[in-house]
Amino acid sequence: MAQMTMIQAINDALRIELERDERVLVFGEDVGKNGGVFRATEGLQAQFGEERVFDTPLAESGIGGLAVGLGLTGFRPVMEIQFFGFLFETMDSIASQMARMRYRSGGRYHSPITVRAPFGGGVKTPELHADSFEGLMLQTPGLKVVIPSNPYDAKGLLISAIRDNDPVIFLEHMKLYRSFRGEVPEGEYTVPIGKANVVQEGKDVTVIAYGAMVHTALKAAEQVKKERQAEVEVIDLRTISPIDIDTIVKSIQKTNRAIVVQEAQKQAGAAAEIIAQINEKAILHLEAPVLRVTAPDTVYPFAMIEDEWLPDAKRVVQAINEVLDF
Amino acid sequence: MIILRGESMSKQLHEIRAVKGETIQILDPDGNVVSKELEPNLSDDELRELMRRMVFTRVWDQRAISLSRQGRLGFYAPVSGQEASMIGSQFALKKEDFILPSYRDIPQIVWHGLPLYQAFLYSRGHQHGGQIPEDVNVLMPQIIIGAQIIQTAGVALGFKKKGEKRVAVTYIGDGGTSQGDFYEGINFAGAYQVPAVFVVQNNRYAISVPVELQTRAETLAHKAVAAGIPGYQVDGMDVLAVYTVMKEVVERARAGQGPALLECLTYRYGPHTMSGDDPTRYRTNEELSEWEKNDPLIRFRKYLEAKGLWSEEDENKVIEETKEKVNEAIKQADQTEKMTVPQLIDSMFETLPAHLEEQKAEFEKAGE
Repeated sequence: MAQMTMIQAINDALRIELERDERVLVFGEDVGKNGGVFRATEGLQAQFGEERVFDTPLAESGIGGLAVGLGLTGFRPVMEIQFFGFLFETMDSIASQMARMRYRSGGRYHSPITVRAPFGGGVKTPELHADSFEGLMLQTPGLKVVIPSNPYDAKGLLISAIRDNDPVIFLEHMKLYRSFRGEVPEGEYTVPIGKANVVQEGKDVTVIAYGAMVHTALKAAEQVKKERQAEVEVIDLRTISPIDIDTIVKSIQKTNRAIVVQEAQKQAGAAAEIIAQINEKAILHLEAPVLRVTAPDTVYPFAMIEDEWLPDAKRVVQAINEVLDF
Repeated sequence: MIILRGESMSKQLHEIRAVKGETIQILDPDGNVVSKELEPNLSDDELRELMRRMVFTRVWDQRAISLSRQGRLGFYAPVSGQEASMIGSQFALKKEDFILPSYRDIPQIVWHGLPLYQAFLYSRGHQHGGQIPEDVNVLMPQIIIGAQIIQTAGVALGFKKKGEKRVAVTYIGDGGTSQGDFYEGINFAGAYQVPAVFVVQNNRYAISVPVELQTRAETLAHKAVAAGIPGYQVDGMDVLAVYTVMKEVVERARAGQGPALLECLTYRYGPHTMSGDDPTRYRTNEELSEWEKNDPLIRFRKYLEAKGLWSEEDENKVIEETKEKVNEAIKQADQTEKMTVPQLIDSMFETLPAHLEEQKAEFEKAGE
């Protein structure tokens, strides 16, 4: 099996789908000759030509509208927003247009669109590049939101996203692009959207995370095991809309304690939604309140203090200890 | 139907726009032909059909306004005054061409094939209103001003990639040309040279804000220049002028010669919508009367009467036909079963995720 970085796995998924289905189109700013600013689309234009893989004028709203229109004519657009911090430029296309196409047409039309975008902190980008805006997507009915934490999932989930007949927001954490390699099977396979993954089993406390925070959670779990021999179960959500609440509830029935870790600010968002659902479905299994480890409710502070701002293993350990000692 | 005169027509239009810089007009307000060289080669039946559609649309609009006042329609944006620009432009399309309308552009999508009762259901918020029949090439009306402009570039790019000889046509008002999406859309269309036509119905008011406050551009057609696409300003009260220029730009787009923008100078006689707008707050009755002298129906009727193609009897027949068809459509809309929350939930995704299945079951249980 090949060892790949996440960016290579993403490139591999795009190549497989471009090859498999001629309706798939890949486009965005700098995705053509340049292969994308992170090289996610490296070599794709050379292989599939300018009709299939193409640059757009520099206008994110235009890119989103183009995707909606191409989707209406039978194509399967895979559009790239260069950084998810530019979401607001294309928010209307995503939230008001593609997410509502089925509703507005009573199912006559749909938007088989994948919106790919890099996001996530810790890589010293300028302002409005690293922000975790996925919570805004959770509040938008009609969207699915996928955030992989490793190369294997990234490839399998991206293939699922491209084959999905509804719009999927596919968010790629920049820090994970090249920070490690993982085993990735050659050829096509899918990882189902909407299914979480128990990446480490444990009986004492459940840590629910997604994206880069899965690695922070695993680091914290290791430390807790060393310090107090507690066994932490770590769940990688992989999809944050819809949330795989069954996997979470099953875990809590075993551990009776949970925390949620997210890189985004505390208020609203994925962690709040997960805790609300736990409240509805598993409250009688809980021995302690479900805590959140998140960034503070401020704007994302680019560069200088971002490492202090982002949740780290130390804070996750504290929260785990708090629920264990409750 | 042979209307195109090929390159000579293009050249003529180009000269009118570039050299004279004037609004293209074929009929003056009294129905006299003022640009004989541009008069389209329409058959008598086609001319009569244009008139029939304009009269039908005027009567339907009056009826819709009254139904709206009775609370029997939902959201409705009146169209009277804009018939030439709406009907003339749609008449230049082929059935396979795709229309992306804004909320006022209901006549164009109905004349393109959407059953009238579905338009009524749309106004009431019934999803069946948006279930466009398979053989009808239109999108549901767009509410967000300008969103349809960039989507049009996308639909047209799709047609180009598939090698289909189809044109994507969209409509926007004067206010909509101030939106970023408008510029992005016409710019994308120009950059990709796609078969798209952007019709700007300049009815002089974006709700209450006059076009003079929207822009210092000399005309809205000038906005095409920055996108590198041709722009034309047409007398939007003259159905022959609208039809002729539209036919020209649509066929050019179909032939792979790129997109164009068409500005129709027109006027809406009624309020912005039936949801409480009072036009007397922002425009004078004198102004309204001046525009009514330009009325598209009066002008075209005079033209047809001079040719012996239209009579009071014809007109009365259309009025009766319209009333009957509108009554049938409203009856059919009334008889359509009300949509339900579970149906709404079903329409969110191809396959419902578990949480929506759960919410659907809750509503089904509550409805039992």
